[in-house]
Amino acid sequence: MSDKDKMIEELKALIKPYIQDEEAFKNLHENTNFIEDLKINSANLVDIVLDIEDKYDIEIDNDSMDKMLSVKAALEIIEQKVSKK
Amino acid sequence: MENRVVITGLGVVAPNGIGLTEFTHAIKNGTSGVKFFPQLKELEFSCCIGGKPEVSEDLKREYLTELQLRGFNSSGILYGCMAGMDAWKDAGLSISESTDYDSGTVFGAGTSGIERFREAIYKVDEKQVRRLGSTVVAQTMASGVSAYLGGILGLGNQVTTNSSACTTGTEAILMGFERIKAGRAKRMIVGGTSDEGPYVWGGFDAMRVLTYKHNESPKTGSRPMSATASGFVPGSGAGALILESLESALERNATIYAEVLGGEVNSGGQRDGGSMTAPNSESVQRCIQKAVENSNIKASEIDAINGHLTATIKDFTEIENWSQALKLEGDDFPHINSLKSMIGHCLSASGAIESVASVLQIHNNFIFPNINCEDLNEEITSLISAEKIPQKLIDKKVNIVAKASFGFGDVNGCIIFKKFKL
Repeated sequence: MSDKDKMIEELKALIKPYIQDEEAFKNLHENTNFIEDLKINSANLVDIVLDIEDKYDIEIDNDSMDKMLSVKAALEIIEQKVSKK
Repeated sequence: MENRVVITGLGVVAPNGIGLTEFTHAIKNGTSGVKFFPQLKELEFSCCIGGKPEVSEDLKREYLTELQLRGFNSSGILYGCMAGMDAWKDAGLSISESTDYDSGTVFGAGTSGIERFREAIYKVDEKQVRRLGSTVVAQTMASGVSAYLGGILGLGNQVTTNSSACTTGTEAILMGFERIKAGRAKRMIVGGTSDEGPYVWGGFDAMRVLTYKHNESPKTGSRPMSATASGFVPGSGAGALILESLESALERNATIYAEVLGGEVNSGGQRDGGSMTAPNSESVQRCIQKAVENSNIKASEIDAINGHLTATIKDFTEIENWSQALKLEGDDFPHINSLKSMIGHCLSASGAIESVASVLQIHNNFIFPNINCEDLNEEITSLISAEKIPQKLIDKKVNIVAKASFGFGDVNGCIIFKKFKL
């Protein structure tokens, strides 16, 4: 499993509690959008960010949080924050 | 024309029973749900006993989803949702995919999510506001319980929470009743819920209104109408009723538990003996009289009174007020009971849980016993005969029950329930 695939698996586990479209979740890929595809309630994006912060021991600022609407954006932000640790 | 309003569903989460079967069995048998709580002792409460419904993690999951339960810490919302959903199901109603504009809720609460509020306050003070998560508002807003229920059931009529201290549950029923009577809704889930534990009960402990004499004997601690009543026992839980227009109930061929004939809410204005914490007797009597009047019944037709009767020195005053309002005494006084002898005082939920018990008495023809008053207060028995305070289950046809609740702020509520006849 590549590093990216591993990251996607980890992210999947984190967002699982919040998703409301099982089919889209099963077929999750880089371009999956949290709200449009997974039907996550937008209020829950805040909770996902907190769960990500706990998992990777990072802090995600408000600007980054606003951009974190897809799997791809989330992975980029996590990578960036982890590398700065 | 005004609608007649009937009760077509009941739900209850009480310290001595969850669900109608368990609860009915408990109240018929005089089963106490009061227990000792080590946590209260550790926190150095004077009163270390209370009534809490026992809800397992598995049971929670029959009502709320995993997502709803993430970071969930609100006993009041949990109990309210359970009672409301049970009542809905009991009424034979299903959960609609689309918005149901004919159905609403008035679901009362005294506080909301006080446990979650405590967690949030600590986080805020530690400068961790950004880590509160998304559900602090939903769980701690006063209307949390009605908001959760409204979403679960797809309610599209009025969705609100009322709050009037220990009158809350009784008032909620009357608010829903008025709305259906006026033709503004077909059905309303009405009820009340209460948070539990030290952060709700502490204020009462500080006022020395809770009993501190029964920490070793919790089940005998709640003693309404007893000569040795020494303060109330705090409780928690929720009660819910489905009120429905008679027309809608008949159309659906629904089970009709009883009819709500009428009722009254008022306040003593904290004048003439009334205060923040004590009732103005004249207003209590006026409230009871107005309820009887607008229900078009005679006082002598009342089979049973379900009192507020918390087990303080005010029990006698309450009986005196009933007696003067109804102009009945001695052997003419109706049977009277207090559910608080078994479950304690469930505060904002009390009127709702006790109304569920009152309606069950009508539906199943019994009058539940009072426990812990083997030593009846003599002032009380000088006014009404001792046989009117049952200490054993009475099986008899029950046609009309009067239920009243009184709360801080000098507020009163009284409802008249009657066996349904077309």
